[in-house]
Amino acid sequence: MSDVVIHTEEHPHHPFLQHHFEDMQQQHEASTLGMWAFLTTEVLFFGGIFLGYTVYRLAYPDAWAAGAHFQNLTYGTLNTIVLLASSLTMALAVHAAQTGKRMKTFWLLAATLVLGSVFLGVKAVEYSLHFEEGLFPGSHFHYHGPLAPQIQLFMTFYFGMTGLHALHMVIGAGLLIWMMVRAWKGHFGEEYYSPVEIMGLYWHFVDLVWIFLFPLLYLIDRHK
Amino acid sequence: MEERHLQHAPEHHVTPLWIYFTVFAGLIFFTLLTVGAAKIDLGDLNTPVALVIATCKAVLVVLFFMHVINSPKLTWVVIIGSLIWLGVLFSLTLADYLSRGWTIY
Repeated sequence: MSDVVIHTEEHPHHPFLQHHFEDMQQQHEASTLGMWAFLTTEVLFFGGIFLGYTVYRLAYPDAWAAGAHFQNLTYGTLNTIVLLASSLTMALAVHAAQTGKRMKTFWLLAATLVLGSVFLGVKAVEYSLHFEEGLFPGSHFHYHGPLAPQIQLFMTFYFGMTGLHALHMVIGAGLLIWMMVRAWKGHFGEEYYSPVEIMGLYWHFVDLVWIFLFPLLYLIDRHK
Repeated sequence: MEERHLQHAPEHHVTPLWIYFTVFAGLIFFTLLTVGAAKIDLGDLNTPVALVIATCKAVLVVLFFMHVINSPKLTWVVIIGSLIWLGVLFSLTLADYLSRGWTIY
C-alpha cells in the first residue's frame, strides 16, 4: 500500500508493527477497538450482577438500607479517592508513553500500582472488620437482628461485587508490572504506546465499576 | 486510502495535561458531592441523585481518561452498543419483576 510509513533507516517498518497491519495507526486502532469489544463483555458481565442487586433491592429495600449502614463510609470514600487518583496516574503514564518519556512512564505506572495496592489493602481491612462483625455470609454469619436473612443476601452481593472488582484489580496489578518491565526496556514511544493505552482502558474500566459500586453499596439510604 | 484517513481521529492525539488534572478535580468534587448528598434526606430522590452523579463521573472517565472523545466513530458504536444491550437486560428483566406484585412497588 502507498502509505507504509518508513520510521528508521535500519528498519523498513517499526519493530513492533505486526505483519498483518498496514501501519502503526491501523494497528493502534485495531488493538484499541479489540479492547473496547472486550470491555463490552465486561459491561454485561458486571451488568448482570448489578441487575441482580437491583431486583433484590426492589424486593428488600429496608434490608439494603440496613446493609449499607454496616459499611464504613470513611474507608469507602478514602478508597474511592485513592482509585480515582490511580486512574489519574494511569492517564498520565499513557501521556508519558505517548511523549516518549521512558522513566516517567515507568514511575507513573509504579505510582498506579502503589495506589491500586493501597485500595486493595483498605479493602482487606474492611473485609476483616466484616468477618469480626459476623457479616460474612454463610456459617460465619452471626447477625441476628431484624431482616437478618435479607441482610445476609445484601452482604452476599457486597462480597460478590467488591470481590470480583478486587479480582479485576489484582489482574490489573499484574498487567501494570508487565507494562513497567516493557517501559523499563524502552519499548514505548511516540510511535508505539498501544499496550500502555489498552492497559489504561482496562484500569479505567475497573475504576468505572467502582464509581457505581460505591454509591450502591455504601451510600444508599445513608440519611435514614 | 485518503478517504480512510479523513474519517479517522488525528494520528496519535496527545491530550494536554491540564485536561487530566481538571477531570481529576471534577471526579473528586463529584465524590465529595455524592457523599454529602447521601447524608441529606431527599425523599425518593437520594438514589437517582447518587446515580446521576456516578454517571457524570463515568462520562468524565470514559471521554477523557479513556480518550473516547478523540476516538474513531467505530469505538463510539461499540460503547453505545454495549449500553443498549445493558438497557435491554435491565428493562426486560425489570418489566417482568415489577409487574408481578413480587416487589413492594
